[in-house]
Amino acid sequence: MSAAALVLVPVFLPLAVGALSAVLPRRAAATLTVIAAVATLMVAVLLGIAVLDAGPVRLEVAGWAPPVGILLAADGLSVVMIGLSAIAVLAATLVAAADDHFAGGHAFWPLVGAAAAAVNGVFVARDVFTAFVLLELLTIASVALVALGGTRSAAAALRYLFVAVTGSLFFLLAVALTYGHTGTVDLARAAERADDTVIVGAIIALTVVGMAAKTALFPLHSWLPVAHPAAPAAVSALLSALVIKASIVILWRIVEYFGPLTDLAAPLATAVGVAGAAAVLWGGVLALRRDRLKSIIAYSTVAQVGYMVLLVPLVFTASDPQVAWIGGILITLAHGVAKVAMFLAAGALATAAGTSRLDGLEGTISRMPWTVAAIGLAGVSLAGLPPTLGFVGKWMLVQASLDAGAWWWLALLLGGGLLTFAYTARMLRATFNPPGDFSGARELTRPARTVAIVPLALAALSVVLGLIPWLLIEVLSAAPMGGGA
Amino acid sequence: MTTLQLFMYAGAFILVLGVAATLLVRDLIRRLIALNVASGGVMLLLLALADRGDGEPDPVPQALVLTGIVVMAAVTGIAIVLARRVEQLDDDLEEVEQ
Repeated sequence: MSAAALVLVPVFLPLAVGALSAVLPRRAAATLTVIAAVATLMVAVLLGIAVLDAGPVRLEVAGWAPPVGILLAADGLSVVMIGLSAIAVLAATLVAAADDHFAGGHAFWPLVGAAAAAVNGVFVARDVFTAFVLLELLTIASVALVALGGTRSAAAALRYLFVAVTGSLFFLLAVALTYGHTGTVDLARAAERADDTVIVGAIIALTVVGMAAKTALFPLHSWLPVAHPAAPAAVSALLSALVIKASIVILWRIVEYFGPLTDLAAPLATAVGVAGAAAVLWGGVLALRRDRLKSIIAYSTVAQVGYMVLLVPLVFTASDPQVAWIGGILITLAHGVAKVAMFLAAGALATAAGTSRLDGLEGTISRMPWTVAAIGLAGVSLAGLPPTLGFVGKWMLVQASLDAGAWWWLALLLGGGLLTFAYTARMLRATFNPPGDFSGARELTRPARTVAIVPLALAALSVVLGLIPWLLIEVLSAAPMGGGA
Repeated sequence: MTTLQLFMYAGAFILVLGVAATLLVRDLIRRLIALNVASGGVMLLLLALADRGDGEPDPVPQALVLTGIVVMAAVTGIAIVLARRVEQLDDDLEEVEQ
């Protein structure tokens, strides 16, 4: 099998396994899903080696070249994001297989397969229409996943659906403009042919609005802190760590291809940066004021989305845009790994204590020190402190801001870190018991061993990747953004 | 005004109308219908683009619209199920209160 055909595996393998899972018993569905996630991770590594070797891996599906056929391509961004998706799915399904409370029902397995196929597809898609269709598949799967949280989650799922589909309609309009203006939906061709500044500006603006709604970028964020905590813990982990990344990547791709073509892109990018800055502060402050674990972590996602879009203004102003791209991508990866760890650990604590309220967690640190440690380590990575992957990403964004002479982003990056540190400390403090007083810890039901190990392993992974980030940076620079694929 | 322009302005107008209603209306079923109206606006715009002026329509936008319709049908289906669950829950709560 040639390297090019490998691009298909992360899309079609989870899809096939998802379809099979619908009819298989729970045990078999869980095993297959875990195997598929491991296989996807291995394919991501192989694709990474191929990218290091010879640049982007391109596949014209079924031998049909664009504009007739569909082009899929894996560059550095695609490879690391597929890696993240494999790790997130692996972690969530291992925990869900060990304890059914984390999954919320049998429908979890086929829906996870569909969601994984859709996100991986978005990561390798190179035309706007394929991206649109896969994004819709992802929306439908994610809404159904939220609804697994019981009857009370239906309202949250429905609210998510309305916002997400409205966002899609804006993006579909951008797709229509792209086709109407250039006669193609293929990103590279469209970027070559586009010559009208205003239309290209409109395409970027519509994508920004649509993707902001789907990613929960301030001020379109209000659905996320309702939808993500309503779902079962393994689902919350996948939604926060992975699902919002698909719309972020589409926003990045449009900026990558269409950004250099119009003068209108720079003010739009500044607007995205301002929204991101507001998200970092608003999300951080609200996370400090919540009193349920899952709600705090969901607001933390709102804040972190701000960091993920911060590269958009920086790639227009920094003298070396690659530093901004790589920094932004690394901070997004770091968020993914840390957020899976945090949501799964929070789920474990909530199962043990019987409540997700901070005031009911007293004493959990005595019984489950490693689970609490996972939350702490993940918080360190989210706050961007060394020696974690979050630090490496933030450091590169700091460099890009200094390079662009934009000290205000610097203040934001550091101030946001303080807020992250504060709400992580608040979660940790709630788990302590007075010295010698174990009365609170005695009634805890201890969760399965896998449930304790997986979050800690992911938290450890953000430290390991923080110590050896050059591996990721090599892959990302071998097929850089804006290099054409 | 050419027919193409007429269709494009109409499409944009219907989209704005539908999105505004989706955001403002409280009743779930009405919101869902508003969302479908909004998608109708985008589809109309896309179909208008298929007009190449020589009488033969461009098949690509038509294929895009067809896919879009299938997507909206799936979304509408799942939304109806969820809306029923929400209203069932509200009804149960009302019964408890009485």
